[in-house]
Amino acid sequence: MTAETTQPIAPLALTRKDFVSDQEVRWCPGCGDYSILAQTQKVMPDFGVPRENIVFISGIGCSGRLPYYMNTFGFHSIHGRAPTLATGLKLARPELMVWVITGDGDALSIGGNHFLHTMRRNVDFTMVMHNNRIYGLTKGQTSPTSEFGKRTKSTPMGSVDRPIMPLTIALAAEATFVARTVDTHTEHLQATLEAGGRHRGASYIEVLQNCNIFNDGAWRDFTDRDVRDDRMLLLEHGKPMVFGKARDRGIRLRGLHPEAVTIGEGGVTEADLLVHDAHAEDPYLALILSRMFWPDFPVPVGVLRDVDRPTHSDLVESQIAAAIEKSGEGDLATVLLAGETWTVE
Amino acid sequence: MTTTADRVEREVHQLDRVTIRFAGDSGDGMQLTGTQFTRTAAVFGNDISTFPDYPAEIRAPAGSLPGVSGFQISFSASDIHTPGDAPDVLVAMNPAALKTNVGELPAGGAVIVNSDAFTPQNLNKAAYAANPLTDGSLKQYTVFEVPISTLNARSLDGLDMTSKQVDLTKNFFALGLMFWLYERSMDPTLRWIDEKFGGRAVVAEANRRALKAGYAYGETTEMFHTTYRVPKAKLAPGTYRNITGNEATALGFLTASKLAGRPLFYGSYPITPASDILHQLSAYKSFGVRSFQAEDEIAAMGATIGAAYGGALALTGTSGPGLALKSEAMGLAVMTELPMVIVNVQRAGPSTGMPTKVEQADLFQVMYGRNGESPMPVLAPATPGECFSLAIEASRIALKYMTPVTYLSDAFVANGAEPWKVPSLDELPDISVANAVRGEGTFLPYSRDPQTLARPWAVPGTAGLEHRIGGLEKADGLGNVSYDPENHHRMSLLRAEKVARIANDIPPLEVFGAERGDLLIIGWGSTFGVLRSAAERLVADGRSVAHVHLRYLNPFPANTGEVLSRYRTVLVPEINLGQLAFMLRGTYLVDAIRYNRMRGKPFRISEIVDEAMRLLEATPR
Repeated sequence: MTAETTQPIAPLALTRKDFVSDQEVRWCPGCGDYSILAQTQKVMPDFGVPRENIVFISGIGCSGRLPYYMNTFGFHSIHGRAPTLATGLKLARPELMVWVITGDGDALSIGGNHFLHTMRRNVDFTMVMHNNRIYGLTKGQTSPTSEFGKRTKSTPMGSVDRPIMPLTIALAAEATFVARTVDTHTEHLQATLEAGGRHRGASYIEVLQNCNIFNDGAWRDFTDRDVRDDRMLLLEHGKPMVFGKARDRGIRLRGLHPEAVTIGEGGVTEADLLVHDAHAEDPYLALILSRMFWPDFPVPVGVLRDVDRPTHSDLVESQIAAAIEKSGEGDLATVLLAGETWTVE
Repeated sequence: MTTTADRVEREVHQLDRVTIRFAGDSGDGMQLTGTQFTRTAAVFGNDISTFPDYPAEIRAPAGSLPGVSGFQISFSASDIHTPGDAPDVLVAMNPAALKTNVGELPAGGAVIVNSDAFTPQNLNKAAYAANPLTDGSLKQYTVFEVPISTLNARSLDGLDMTSKQVDLTKNFFALGLMFWLYERSMDPTLRWIDEKFGGRAVVAEANRRALKAGYAYGETTEMFHTTYRVPKAKLAPGTYRNITGNEATALGFLTASKLAGRPLFYGSYPITPASDILHQLSAYKSFGVRSFQAEDEIAAMGATIGAAYGGALALTGTSGPGLALKSEAMGLAVMTELPMVIVNVQRAGPSTGMPTKVEQADLFQVMYGRNGESPMPVLAPATPGECFSLAIEASRIALKYMTPVTYLSDAFVANGAEPWKVPSLDELPDISVANAVRGEGTFLPYSRDPQTLARPWAVPGTAGLEHRIGGLEKADGLGNVSYDPENHHRMSLLRAEKVARIANDIPPLEVFGAERGDLLIIGWGSTFGVLRSAAERLVADGRSVAHVHLRYLNPFPANTGEVLSRYRTVLVPEINLGQLAFMLRGTYLVDAIRYNRMRGKPFRISEIVDEAMRLLEATPR
């Protein structure tokens, strides 16, 4: 849109190293953010987008530092507001690839309103929300995803606030791409980032991330290597919802409620199981999945929803094009003289 | 027009200036009536100034005191700066309108009332114990009782309309009567009716009939013995249109985007009295304007920063309560040194305050209302028409100095109207700036232009300029996060110095009146017209008085201190409790004397003259 915008897209042979900035990474040793950064850098060359056309925008929190470590354009903004900057940037420059890096406090607490509204507008960016169920940068207070009753520095007798389910909120807010992944499941993390990055429109990715200092083992109960097959449900579009080490468990629908069943018990066969449909236009299946959580259910990971809708800037640009087609490019002299005029000799 | 026979019977008085106030229920269409009279007077060639004064409630209870809506227009055969201290004529459509407005009418003024509306019920709603039309309380005025509702209804006989619909047109009866009284043509309004109601034949016919019936009533009744003629004003040659401050603001920024060669981004959240700017810019899609109604004020500010980062001419607009919400992000704009303009159409505060009423009490807010040392240039338009040129100027400063700029309008200048000489595009400045491009060596996002101290505008999409910015303190030059103590001190000074240097790039203060002497009146924003008019009276009276007006409040024009030093007394009238006076005292050690009234209304010329005279007499030479 400005005079000199994007360079012509030449065949790119970028590697992970091209996306590593010269800044020293400063998260606590053992933080889940290291893995998220590494997979993000690794997946970037796959998009074939020149570095200068990629922008990482973050808010405040430990996740907020990520743009410093990406050798792209980057903007470390203020608490909760990264989606708003991304909205303005995409309106001005729809051709850019924009990533919003946020956390559970940043996106769901102080920035909750922007989360809702950027999703419903289908702003074409990928939001990666590091969810560690705690405020890490401010040294350990309860967050919107912390468990009810959780004891933290700010809730010594236990939190009296119920946690919210980020995926349910994203769906309720009309997000067109909704996914969940885990920091330590690097291949799955990488594949999910790639799918989110390729989706046109608002992509929301919840990354279950460990804070080994203030909330160690946040997701351990179902993400640890020895239990994860039995306690997580890997979603694949078009496939029946099967889980378990022995691949003998599954999810079926009973009335309005999902139910974990064992294949072969009580006459249950694979044909009785729900088949995942990430591309369903209606959100019902995705909403059911978004409510399932350990210990009542295996925790769904993967892409819950991936549907096509015109993006915010698509719609804005098409209105501009329609206005120009109807009445020609705006003529300033005409507009200045609009309404009744008179001449003084 | 009147017939020859009538002219023999009736006197025609020639006047230099007339001020009319239309007042009625907020459902009575008083704003439209006033606007139509304004257009007609403007097209005729008078100088005009208007003051719409309406309640914040969309529809307060009909006939109630809080529901009164007013529109004052002053039209003149000579150059005028204000809509007038007091009306010469009050048109009151009901008892509540009479009660809330008649107090400002000077003795001998004319009152035209819709006598049909003076029912016991309406009198009761207006808290009148007795009917003012009969109890003698209006004897100092010339009262014309016109049964407007009845006469209007009769003229609409036979049209397929409900009595309620018929009643809605009575404002045009009143308008027609005023057109007759002041020898105005009905043509501009008849054309407007055709354009507005073209598709609805009955409504168009009803409004036409109402207007003509009011005109004919004046012509045929014996009630009015005089008509009044206000000749054309001598304005500078050119093509003119009528414009409000908000219209001129929107057009100014649209023009600035053309002059800058960048598309305009406008991110805003609806708020009185700034929403009109959003409406207007949203209609300019064929210019490539990206208008964005955000989910809240903060999002509007954040999106504006994002658009500026992306290389657009970025703009947001709000009023004081909204600006409060934007403050944190405005600090981010200062820290990241990105160019944008933040429009604040001030209204009376604090908190929700009086949303439709004028006040100048956000000066401290834009100057000091952010955490940390957060300098930002501040400009304030003086008149509706000047909103246009100052919008371009605010954009020029933002782009040239890579800084957010505050544009401090207010409800009076935003809603008021005046004739505006339409500029030709070739007389407007080129305000374009270049984006940064890849150079030799490491890119330094916080390197600076040696003259302006502007940093490079490195927009995404420019190969080789990948860099990271944000709200954390930046290392001078390199732009990496820095906690170095000396660096923070240096960067704080650099940010301040950058804004301070703008003083060398703006026009010096121009003195009206005595070059040196007894009294200097200094003001800013929409009080310009009143203060200049007061100074004109005092100077014409032989007083040693001058007036200067600040359009730039940060930084002040370079000669401000010197000008202040030339007068024995400095008077600072403001519609706040002394904010500019405080800044002038702090900056120039001048013993500035405050004059402050917070009524949600513009000053009256007479009160400024009185205060000036008091000071002149209190400090004998």
